[in-house]
Amino acid sequence: MTKSELIDRLADRQKYLSIRDIDTSVKLMLDEMIAAMARGERIEIRGFGSFSLNFRKPRIGRNPKSGESVSLESKYVPHFKPGKELRERVNEQAGQAIRSE
Amino acid sequence: MALTKADMVEKLHTDLGLNKREAKDFVDIFFEELRATLESGEEIKLSGFGNFQLRDKNERPGRNPRTGEMIPVSARRVVTFRAGQKLKAMVEAYDGTVAS
Repeated sequence: MTKSELIDRLADRQKYLSIRDIDTSVKLMLDEMIAAMARGERIEIRGFGSFSLNFRKPRIGRNPKSGESVSLESKYVPHFKPGKELRERVNEQAGQAIRSE
Repeated sequence: MALTKADMVEKLHTDLGLNKREAKDFVDIFFEELRATLESGEEIKLSGFGNFQLRDKNERPGRNPRTGEMIPVSARRVVTFRAGQKLKAMVEAYDGTVAS
């Protein structure tokens, strides 16, 4: 499911908001979530999961093409931990087909 | 401080003028749609934000960390998240200072 498919499916699920409002709302929510993490804040959605930041120490990396060493600064990377309801509902379908498109 | 559904409801209300009821329903169906999609075995790609992927794990040997007893960890399906380009770049720029 892509962002535009998500918007279409949300439109089918409710009758108050126009597709335009849904489109704007989805983008606003994702931007809010990105902005929260960009200022070092966690996101906690009960039943869905939480997003937090993991610290990565500085390290010496290599350019895989030239083999040259490059020093990489420490940084933060986003991390998602699924919540209990999501974990349980997804696990009930273990072994069934997975569709990625 | 953590961002919660209540903060998102507030944002939809103040920025888009949705009334509180509509905003709360929207935030709820938004996350429910993501859960239902993953539950049905379909992966999610939200460009800029990230991808939610599904992985089936085989049974593997495990231990009860308290007693040391061997117990198999059953086969399971798990959700993994891979951050998108925009999210990664925004978070990398974070300097580690605590948000006020």
